[in-house]
Amino acid sequence: MNLQWLSLADANTRWVLTGSLLLGLSSGVLGAFALLKRRSLMADTLSHAALPGIAGAFLITGTKSVGPLFAGAAAAGVLGNLLITWITRYSKVKQDAAMAAVLTLFFGLGIMLINLIQRTPGGNQSGLDRFLFGQAASLVGRDVQVMAAAAGFLCLITFLLFKELKLLAFDPTFAAQLGLPVALLDHLLNLMITLAVITGLESVGVVLMSSLLITPAAAARFWTDRLHIMVLLSGLFGAASGTVGTLLSQAGPRMPTGPLIVLAATGLFLASLLLAPRRGILARAIRLIRSQQQRLREKAPREVV
Amino acid sequence: MALYSAISIVAIGALVAGSAGMVGCFLILRRLAMLGDAISHAVLPGIAIAFLLTGDRAGPAMLLGAAALGLTATFLIETLGNAGVQEDAGIGVTFTALFALGILLISLFAGRVHLDLDHVLYGEIAYAPWDQLIAAGRALGPRSIWIMGAVFLLDLAVIGLFFKELKLCAFDPQMAAVAGIHVPFFHYLLMGLVSVTTVGAFDSVGAVLVVAMLVLPGATAYLLSQRLTTMLALSLLQGAISSLLGYLLAWALDASIAASMAVVSGTLFLTAFLLAPGTGLLSRLRQRAAGSGKGRLELRCGAQHRRD
Repeated sequence: MNLQWLSLADANTRWVLTGSLLLGLSSGVLGAFALLKRRSLMADTLSHAALPGIAGAFLITGTKSVGPLFAGAAAAGVLGNLLITWITRYSKVKQDAAMAAVLTLFFGLGIMLINLIQRTPGGNQSGLDRFLFGQAASLVGRDVQVMAAAAGFLCLITFLLFKELKLLAFDPTFAAQLGLPVALLDHLLNLMITLAVITGLESVGVVLMSSLLITPAAAARFWTDRLHIMVLLSGLFGAASGTVGTLLSQAGPRMPTGPLIVLAATGLFLASLLLAPRRGILARAIRLIRSQQQRLREKAPREVV
Repeated sequence: MALYSAISIVAIGALVAGSAGMVGCFLILRRLAMLGDAISHAVLPGIAIAFLLTGDRAGPAMLLGAAALGLTATFLIETLGNAGVQEDAGIGVTFTALFALGILLISLFAGRVHLDLDHVLYGEIAYAPWDQLIAAGRALGPRSIWIMGAVFLLDLAVIGLFFKELKLCAFDPQMAAVAGIHVPFFHYLLMGLVSVTTVGAFDSVGAVLVVAMLVLPGATAYLLSQRLTTMLALSLLQGAISSLLGYLLAWALDASIAASMAVVSGTLFLTAFLLAPGTGLLSRLRQRAAGSGKGRLELRCGAQHRRD
């Protein structure tokens, strides 16, 4: 196996690596809040629901630059979110069915729009493939700059609004009583998730983007009960997954980056599940065995008599 | 010939919508809609492995592989839940990992043969009429109709056979357990049906449409009915209508047939949401408007004013 890639001599490799690292970082951070708000699958919904917004933005503006695409995705995301809320509130359909319904309807609509794009002169034939699976290997410097800006922006907002987001996650009623604009913060969180999703679509695609928003956070959850540590760990795990996955994908000719990033994240998750000090499976098993042994020891002397 | 292909396509679409719609009714009642979505992604490695082992793109091996993966995914999600992982996170971790695994397998090993991801995702229902099942040297009709027909009958048979149990597990699992019904078995049974139905449909219509049909017909029927049998029947009807109208829409707009069927189905759902007699959004708004009129009257009569 040619190990030259490990030296990161290739500029393209460095770009992809940096991009994936930043993507993992920001997704991990946001994913922590999404997890606490029981909104992990919302990331999946948003990823799929963004498609018509993105396709629509491309149809209207004719460009694939981040600004209009994000606006389109955000608009679709907000609309989808509103629909889910209305359906849940004004009918007997429950939230999971509402989410799945909006997800599939919007996605179908998105594909129809992409069909439309494919028929226009400037249409990109592989557009849908890229959307679904990403094309991390084709990231260029400009893309990474945009990702860096987006990731930096997301982390900055998270840092500035940390106390508010913390209240939003743990005690929204109290937050409302304090006068915080809870609904607005909620929408802001959704928008931030949308931004993370758009940023990642280019490199890892729809389904796998959901993974970065869910798995590192779920892994971090095992290590701590304190929010700021969880957020930091989640970001760290996300960044690590991005890095490891990208490095692995350089090892062979047909190793797709996106799936490898996801599998790296899953590996970290499994390791956390097993090894985390208090909540991990091993730790719990050891505690169980120890407490059983202690009970036996306490019983033994009396029974001997 | 064009009519033959049109009828075939609509028939396949209706079979997909009907099968997925029926199974989806139970998913909706048990609040497992997103789990259905997850399973449809999680079966990908099963398809890949079955394909790699048998080289057959749409034989029974794929259905078996899918069922196996679907059950595995269900088991993994249950296990993660018991290990302390939050429910939605468990679903997310599992299906994304399995989907990624599937893509990896396909990229690594199936690159040289003809299983392409495009096909898995949106199939190509337009070609289905031409893909005939050949047996004993004679063309027996589009293969997709045979496959989906078999899946539809399977779903119908299982639901018919276990109707009472499935119904009780859906509406009152605790009561079901008390009554001696093995609830986990029926959970796995349902997920197995989801897996088989999903993969049976992949070949002709791809993942996009299947997930739509797992939710949209059932959700529409849910809004319009009070009884399970009515709900099941209505979901079949909605599926058939979506298939027909979707085909016409795709023909008119030169768009993906599967996507059009999904969009029509979604539109029917939203229509039901707005217009359902008594429970639809418009009715509720009208009732609320009428109600506030009464409220004002009560207020004028000095009655207690309660904040809604």
